[in-house]
Amino acid sequence: MRFIHSGSTRRRMAVAALATSAALVLSACGGGDTGSDGGGEGGSGSDGEQTITFIPKQLNNPYTDVVLGGGEDGASESGFASSEVVGPLDASASSQVSFINAETQRGTNVIVIAANDPDAVGPALEEARTAGAKIVAFDSDTNPDYRDLFVSQVDAKEVALIQLELISEQIGGAGEIAILSATANATNQNEWIKFMEEELASNPDYAEIELVAKVYGDDDDTKSFQEAQGLLQAYPDLKGIISPTTVGIAATARYLSTSEYKGEVALTGLGLPNEMRPFVKDGTVTEFALWDPAQLGYVAAFAGKALADGDITGEVGDTFEAGELGEREVADGGIVLVGPPTQFNADNIDDYDF
Amino acid sequence: MSAPGTRTPEEKRPRPARPAGRKADTTKVLAIPKGRTGAARILLGRDAVMIYVLIVVVLYASLTIPRFASPVTVGFLLLDVIPTLLIALPMTLVIISGEIDLSVASIAGLTSALMGVLWQGGMPIALVLVLCLLAGLVAGAFNGVLIAYLGLPSLAVTIGTLALFRGLALVVIGDNAVANFPPGLTSFFTSKIGGTGIPTVMIGVVVLVIAFAVVLHFTPFGRGLFALGYSREAATFVGIDVARSKFLLYLATGTVSALAGIYWTLRYSSARSDNASGLELAVIAAVLLGGVSIFGGKGSIPGVLAGVLLIGTINYALKLDRVSEVVLIIVTGSLLIISVVAPNIASAIREARHARRVRTAPLP
Repeated sequence: MRFIHSGSTRRRMAVAALATSAALVLSACGGGDTGSDGGGEGGSGSDGEQTITFIPKQLNNPYTDVVLGGGEDGASESGFASSEVVGPLDASASSQVSFINAETQRGTNVIVIAANDPDAVGPALEEARTAGAKIVAFDSDTNPDYRDLFVSQVDAKEVALIQLELISEQIGGAGEIAILSATANATNQNEWIKFMEEELASNPDYAEIELVAKVYGDDDDTKSFQEAQGLLQAYPDLKGIISPTTVGIAATARYLSTSEYKGEVALTGLGLPNEMRPFVKDGTVTEFALWDPAQLGYVAAFAGKALADGDITGEVGDTFEAGELGEREVADGGIVLVGPPTQFNADNIDDYDF
Repeated sequence: MSAPGTRTPEEKRPRPARPAGRKADTTKVLAIPKGRTGAARILLGRDAVMIYVLIVVVLYASLTIPRFASPVTVGFLLLDVIPTLLIALPMTLVIISGEIDLSVASIAGLTSALMGVLWQGGMPIALVLVLCLLAGLVAGAFNGVLIAYLGLPSLAVTIGTLALFRGLALVVIGDNAVANFPPGLTSFFTSKIGGTGIPTVMIGVVVLVIAFAVVLHFTPFGRGLFALGYSREAATFVGIDVARSKFLLYLATGTVSALAGIYWTLRYSSARSDNASGLELAVIAAVLLGGVSIFGGKGSIPGVLAGVLLIGTINYALKLDRVSEVVLIIVTGSLLIISVVAPNIASAIREARHARRVRTAPLP
């Protein structure tokens, strides 16, 4: 280690550092100056100049990109002057707060947020509302105190039941089935599994179906693949697998497609059409389901517009038009449902790209 | 607060008068520091330069970004930088003494988790806060014993405790989040002083900044840290209790990290095991940007304060301008590399030039 003291070098380096950092900031700011700035500046209040900002859980996530694509379409169709997407690179609890703060200060009329934590974003959203912004939660709700509306993909029970219907059809209404889920403590997964179990126990149509195992692939491709393999070895009479997670269903399909069980053991659940296309085409999978994520963003944008225009206040029973998806109604708890999940099979899978 | 030009001890050493001729003394020039004196020393020091950069960035942002120059910005910006600023204070001392602490964010996370569980368990909030600070102290002491008294390398120890404390946080609270802290307390943590936009908690933070500045720059203990970072042998030789100094430093980082964890939990009113994750890197980046040498022996609190505020300002300004976070991390990363690498390149060039001059100098 060496310490060299040179007045002139130090000074020169200091000036260079100063110039470089200034240049960096200049260029970065310049890059961000898009045409939408005008909307942001004059955005508060006046009709036709309204702005909407989407804050997803995390940027650069394929699912999020589809949701946001629908959001941008909805924003332009519903008549926002400009729409923006800002957000963190990591989905940690507090990472969205400074983005909300900055948007508050810009005077955005509508903030559409998928909260990483229902409470951590609370005080920041409160400030945004005080400043006049309308808050629409989508995909992942905040504490209801902090938002005007929550746009939910689909009813949890509906998602659960549609998967049971699919598996029942595919195994002929009788036999052993198993569930390959994400993590053991994933809230949404567990809620679906709970509804499935209740339905299996209570619905006489499913009396001959037996749920023999629940395993967890942790939304990890390799682990899900191994769990699928393990299931088929442990239960030789297994007739079908439900995987209510896009990672799990893809990994299971990959295993089945290369094994002797291909076409023998049914597989359904929630999957992405682009990932499942080859397995539907090669006969490993007959039919699976998922909501169309683009519709989620689309409806959220229209909900934001209705709120900003003062057409609705988020009360139960309020209705608004969501473009080509038609009328939507606000249900209990300020929740707006997007619609039933789409079912994908060999006939329609080529119509979807996400 | 101490003057921005506060210098490191090695520059305060009495030095021989500068020889008159520059060319003639090439064989011994390395041994003679050619530091500045008087006003130049304060106005052109590394800390001062950081403060100029900060001012330039603030001015530029104020002029070009609508709504940047407002009390609202001050409030949001300061609330954002407080955790970094808090931990940067003891981290500055640790790095100056030639060590590092990577476990700070995990200690903050552990404190947050503990706070959630104890509060949910029905304990009075004052007791919860005291226990959390104690937990930070214990975590710091654990690092301290391993590093100071068992002589293990701090990098290895704190990489270990980074994982250990985060793991403990997960054990304590699991995947849960606790949010129902007393509203009075959480709103206090985001409240502002009148119309200034300055967060109320900033008063306490400023007191801590001053305390750390005084300890580092005006006490024998602080002076000893510079000596320790500069040369451990020399420090021992002049009677500095190396082990005790280091132990105290880790107690300080542990406690202040716990404080940052408490702040984080109440500001976001959310106790989770993954709170403050990655904060250790933000802190170290800000400290290095503030002119502290990663090799120890050099640095100052005013410089670090400027470094923290600079990163905070750039971050917030770019967010206000809706620049993507991808660009944002590239900007802060580049700044850091420039500020750390530039002096090294400069000294390498100097050395090469000096060596050439020595080679070409005529023999006596």
